[in-house]
Amino acid sequence: MTEKIINDRPLLRTVWPAVPILLAGIMITLLLLIASDQSPLVAYNALWDGAFGSSDRTYSTLAFWVPLLLCATGLLVTFTAGLWNIGVEGQMIMGAIGATWVALTIALPNPNISSWIILPLEILAGMALGAVWAALAAVLKTRGGVHEIFGGVALNSLAIIATNYLISGPWQPPEGGSFRGTVPFPDNAMLPLLDPTRFSPLSLALALIALGLIVFMLRGTHWGLELKALGKNLRAAFLLGVSSERQAINSMMFCGALAGFAGAVRVLSWFDSLRQSISGGIGFLAILIVLLAGFRPLWTLIIALLFSALLNGGTFVQSRTQLHSALSGIIQGVLVLFVLLFGDYSRLFRRKPTDEHEVAHE
Amino acid sequence: MSDNSLIPILAAILAQSAPLMLAITGETLTERVGVINLSLDGTMLISAMAGFVIALKTKEMLNTPTDTIPVLAGFLAAGLIGALVALLIAWGSIRLKQDQVAIGFILTLLLADMANFFGQNYTRLPGPHVTYLPIPGLSQIPILGPLLFSHDLLIYSTLIIVGAVWWFLYKTQPGLRLRGVGERPESAFVRGVPVNTLRYLYAALGGFLVGLSGAAFSLDIKLGWSDNHIAGFGWIALAIVIFGGWHPLRGAVGALLFGATKTIAQSLQQSYPEVPTVLFNSLQWLLMLGVLLMVGSSEITRRLVQVAPRPLQAPLTRILRVAPPASLGRAFGQES
Repeated sequence: MTEKIINDRPLLRTVWPAVPILLAGIMITLLLLIASDQSPLVAYNALWDGAFGSSDRTYSTLAFWVPLLLCATGLLVTFTAGLWNIGVEGQMIMGAIGATWVALTIALPNPNISSWIILPLEILAGMALGAVWAALAAVLKTRGGVHEIFGGVALNSLAIIATNYLISGPWQPPEGGSFRGTVPFPDNAMLPLLDPTRFSPLSLALALIALGLIVFMLRGTHWGLELKALGKNLRAAFLLGVSSERQAINSMMFCGALAGFAGAVRVLSWFDSLRQSISGGIGFLAILIVLLAGFRPLWTLIIALLFSALLNGGTFVQSRTQLHSALSGIIQGVLVLFVLLFGDYSRLFRRKPTDEHEVAHE
Repeated sequence: MSDNSLIPILAAILAQSAPLMLAITGETLTERVGVINLSLDGTMLISAMAGFVIALKTKEMLNTPTDTIPVLAGFLAAGLIGALVALLIAWGSIRLKQDQVAIGFILTLLLADMANFFGQNYTRLPGPHVTYLPIPGLSQIPILGPLLFSHDLLIYSTLIIVGAVWWFLYKTQPGLRLRGVGERPESAFVRGVPVNTLRYLYAALGGFLVGLSGAAFSLDIKLGWSDNHIAGFGWIALAIVIFGGWHPLRGAVGALLFGATKTIAQSLQQSYPEVPTVLFNSLQWLLMLGVLLMVGSSEITRRLVQVAPRPLQAPLTRILRVAPPASLGRAFGQES
């Protein structure tokens, strides 16, 4: 009966499955908070205040949205090609390193060069390095038989090690031995920011354009079709004449370039230098977002905003209530896990087929 | 190097590698039956945290001077958590027909966050740990005594578990059935083997061992708890399962080689402080990529083998040619 009501209304049909899952997510965080002797109301309030409590906090949330969107956009490409680009985190870090390299070697000694020359260079360097890091994972897979998950995990760690090496070695500030980061970049190396926040509207515009472009390319071009064939059905891809190696490397490099862009945005707006934890888990979060969105671009956009609010609010919760910032990670993880497990939860209640014909048919 | 200094180093490598061996053996069992538990890194973190905290609380509650019962309680809790996680993945795959890799990856992140969240009040505390227990008599044997019989119960149990799993997989009828389910679930099913029941069973058993390995870190090898205490080891274990060709003994050897390389690197680092530490830090990840490359591509395998002396080439090829269980990661259902 209810099923009929729901099926007659398309909007209800798309939103309805999300309701019990959202409720379950809220219930689980409630239990977690009660288990750790915290008032859930205080925690949720802090989370909301942290994410949207003032216009500055809201802009901070938007500042998290940009790199999340860029990484998620790239992941739409790799997931379409059937690849698990866990390495997106490291690709982002390499992007940050690339942008930092330009900032330190060109912008710092030449304070008179316009930022309209420096910025494209920084972003391009970030994208290039991100793409190279992604290509490494792709070649390890196609030529070395190393699954992209393992290649990605190793390359992520190597990117973090590279960052630590750079900021405690060659790029260490002259005043000495802090492990914190490089010297602050000069003004002409930074993205134009919305004072007094760390949000760069330009970067958001670019991220939205990138998402639009990628969606168009995936849906409207032959390239998109080839990727889909590769992801869905290797045999079909072969019949289409798709070179699986070339497309795997291509799609990974696309994603790597966008992740590198995200890394550049992190150092050129949120921070003003290369830091130890430049990514803050944003790459991994982007994977969760795309999984939660079921690879749908519009939902990716919305969920990325929701998650950036959780990310930004989470840091605030920690300072106000002493709750570990991992809380927002738990909320996100539980939500994605539930959607993945029960998103198609009609399976839970469907009776096993007893019809012999059905058994034989499969 | 004389015997006097070599033996303690080897014994230390064996002890250091024990937790990884447990995780590798557990995951080998799970993957052999056809289920991928990708969540190892997260599972080991949360079971390390839980094992430590439960042991600590049990000791407070019982108010005993000895660590035996608290440590056992910690291991039991950790093992159960590991089994539960593995069951969740198996259930998501078998019953809900969802992607094992996706569930496993989400759990990796989620469980790490949970470990850090619930462990936040227990960081950097001293706590109970596994006590040293040389075996009387046997530990007096020259060379073998200090190498094998001068450890604690965890190390002995690990060696026994690795051996038992190997014996079970290759020398018993149920073991054969287990491997059959992982290779050809359809044929096994036709012969009356309850495919999915066995998958739940061995996934849980393997998960239990993975849980034990988490506690083996926090209660024995890397004592206590702190944020992301043993992050990374889960991925190393997953890679060694592949390097070991889904064989428990070869997996254990892989763990020993990994432990040995790390130990050698550490002593080199002390002797050559001028070499940048970045090299040593990268080592475990380069090693992981290296071993996966060795077994990952037939081209690379062939070139590697050609370097070896001729009589060794045939056995080396056999060792390096590995193949996963044929149905690994695929759900099996009568209806699908």
